[in-house]
Amino acid sequence: MTLIKTKHNRRSFLKVTAASGGGLMLGFSWAMSCTPADKVGEIPLEWFDINAFLSIAQSGKVTIMSPNPEIGQNVKTSMPMVVAEELDVKWEDVIVKQAPLNTDVFERQVAGGSQSLRKGWQALRMAGATAKQMLIEAAAKKWNVDKSTCSASLGVIAGEGGKSVTYGEIASFAAEMQVPDEVKLKDPSEFTLIGTDRGNVDMEGIITGKPLFGLDTYKDGMQFAVVLRPPAFGTKLKSYDDTGAKAVKGVNDVIRFGDKVAVLANSTWAAMKGKKALQAEWDNDENLESTNYHDRELRKLLNTKAEEPKRKDGDVNKGFSQADKIVEKVYEAPFLPHNCLEPMNFYAHVTPEKVDLLGPIQTPERTRRQVAELLGRDQSEIFIGMTRMGGGFGRRLYGDFVLEAAEISKLANSPVKVIFSREDDMTAGTYRPASKYKFKAGLKDGKMIAYHLVGAGVNMGNATREKNFPAGTVANYLVESHNLKSNITTGAWRAPITNFLAYAEQSFFDELAESAGADPVQFRLDLFQQAKDNPVGTVDYDIDKFMGVIKRAAEKANWGNPDAGIFQGFSAYYSHNTYVAEVAEVIMKKDTPVVTKVTCAVDCGIVINPIAAKNQVEGGVVDGVGHAMYGDFSFYNGQPQQNNFHQYRMIRMKEAPKVEAHFVKSYNDPTGLGEPALPPAGGAVANAIYKATGQRFYKQPFMKDQIVLG
Amino acid sequence: MATFNIQVNGRQQQVDVDPDTPILWVLRDHLQLVGTKYGCGIAQCGACTIHLEGTAVRACSLPVSSVGDKPITTIEGLSEDASHALQEAWREHDVPQCGYCQAGQLMSAASFLKSNPNPTEAEIDAAMEGNLCRCGTYNRIKEAILTAAQNS
Repeated sequence: MTLIKTKHNRRSFLKVTAASGGGLMLGFSWAMSCTPADKVGEIPLEWFDINAFLSIAQSGKVTIMSPNPEIGQNVKTSMPMVVAEELDVKWEDVIVKQAPLNTDVFERQVAGGSQSLRKGWQALRMAGATAKQMLIEAAAKKWNVDKSTCSASLGVIAGEGGKSVTYGEIASFAAEMQVPDEVKLKDPSEFTLIGTDRGNVDMEGIITGKPLFGLDTYKDGMQFAVVLRPPAFGTKLKSYDDTGAKAVKGVNDVIRFGDKVAVLANSTWAAMKGKKALQAEWDNDENLESTNYHDRELRKLLNTKAEEPKRKDGDVNKGFSQADKIVEKVYEAPFLPHNCLEPMNFYAHVTPEKVDLLGPIQTPERTRRQVAELLGRDQSEIFIGMTRMGGGFGRRLYGDFVLEAAEISKLANSPVKVIFSREDDMTAGTYRPASKYKFKAGLKDGKMIAYHLVGAGVNMGNATREKNFPAGTVANYLVESHNLKSNITTGAWRAPITNFLAYAEQSFFDELAESAGADPVQFRLDLFQQAKDNPVGTVDYDIDKFMGVIKRAAEKANWGNPDAGIFQGFSAYYSHNTYVAEVAEVIMKKDTPVVTKVTCAVDCGIVINPIAAKNQVEGGVVDGVGHAMYGDFSFYNGQPQQNNFHQYRMIRMKEAPKVEAHFVKSYNDPTGLGEPALPPAGGAVANAIYKATGQRFYKQPFMKDQIVLG
Repeated sequence: MATFNIQVNGRQQQVDVDPDTPILWVLRDHLQLVGTKYGCGIAQCGACTIHLEGTAVRACSLPVSSVGDKPITTIEGLSEDASHALQEAWREHDVPQCGYCQAGQLMSAASFLKSNPNPTEAEIDAAMEGNLCRCGTYNRIKEAILTAAQNS
């Protein structure tokens, strides 16, 4: 059992702060439990708010607020499960609601970095545990007994002598109870809900077509807005003619804002037609960049010495001079759009009194701040509701489309829903940056004695993860990074940086093992063992956990002993605090390699909802394989050269390998899961294809090298 | 604008829209049937799949003027009480992640299973090729279709 001190400060903000003793102190808003005592009992309230996360009905039903945005990572099911576990109620009695942005009572309402459960874990548990304790204390008070003689389980409080009361029956009294200064959390071995399969709480809506997503927002008086944006990065609006647009039936207005032009209409189709009828001229006073320019500049940077290394252990040059074998390879990746299946959109209604915003956004808090700045309004006047998102993948971390909706609503003095067409979505993106990596390693007697990585990316900042493996395993280690500035908007894309860095590194290690005459799995394990016995510098990952998933994946996939006709490839990567190892299997159909299966071992701490956790791993692998195989995006004179799915290939059902996910049984706090399965996937597949065909891939997408799957 | 009488999920509906309006936007903007999703507008992703006379078609590329009196079924009309064998199987396999493509997947699968009640995996691959799932739930979709085929 864990004792946790609660802390409710004067402003009643939920905050997590380090306690003086180094422990964790958690605070909630208790404002919602402060229903005036004289009102309770007089008003026939059906629901009683126990704290910001939950309220209990007389019937025993419990409403649990899911604080974070839902993008398909399933937090809307798993976060309330954590509350329900500590509250100790039947899951069947739980009603889940999406909380709006409310920074007074919730913390970190963000979908990003695979951190919702990792960061929310303690707060969610405490919300449930505190409520449970208040319910018990209310029952004890009612029975006039000591609370230690009472216990609660599955929505019922039991006292000595067969006394019993349901949460629903006692909820009105519990809402009056003092918030405890200390609560008991369950020992993870006592969990009965966490660790069981629970279906997606939005399942019924999804399979019957209920309005759930941002694009499903329809409000009285709302106009549909479609926006013409600069066609190429580096261009500005010179002039436009809206005669044709205004002649389209259903178009109400055409409004310029900055370098963009919004067409407002009575329907989506009229707005789309109106936009197509706009005539515009564009100016440019900046560089209009093309893919061959990025390629050339990034290659130059790979051969440039960085001013400051990201990490340096020993002396790589000395190491290379002592090596009996040197392996050097360059890996290259293109820009990628996110291609959420639900294109960007948002609803805004700006009035003198307030600003109502509703839609799919991964970062509501930051976006509210940006809207406040844009409109010159106080944040307290801005309200953001969060819809379910038809995918995020990082694109919805950036609220450009929310700002557009707010600005258009203000200018049009009307509620509006901004809708990106697929073409708008793909050409006005915040792309995964193009990047290149040069790896050089020196081997002596089959052991790696020097390792040098140079990374270069477009607007990428640090293109490397210098603290990651193989840091700590090799005496002479140097990591350098270069940034190429660009006017193309780039940003986080599922597993930022590592979505390609892991591919490059794990492909390189396959070659390295081969050069060393070693088995790829054993080669990695030997390096980890070396870091364990004799670490070089600091080691910022858990060697045992890393080795654990590597061994587990190898064992589950029967590594090294595949059935006849099956070729295996290995890859392992640590990201978002989670360890993942993957074995890909490839067979040859005629002369074509087909990826049939990927076996994964994952250490993400405690698994809250296994059926959904597996879904994340399956999706991460399919996403990783798909983009490694097919994802390609290019620019010419600043203009994206692909604008819809006829030009941009995404993985389809017949190309998706089977995925087997094995989780390490753990009672450790949960770590990330939305992203970590993706980074190792491409490398595992590439290494398996090499086994099958003898062909290595240094450039994504593989399709450029004429490999056809399926 | 012109008036069209269309039959959607067993009900006669009258809409006043431009003849070139894709049925997708008629359903969404004019009939409040938002289960049919917009994904690409060029029949490449399958998110807007509906049934026209029982056959799967892409609503984003079907002008209202070409529908005539052919009955339309949308995800909202796939079953009366969400008890279609595919809907049951979707629950059993906990298929969705973000969920956005799933209505289209269900409609493609429902039309396919009618013509091929006992499909092989390869036949499912071929039938479902027009439906993208950006989250990568393809394996669960396939398993759910196999389950639905077994149970119906």
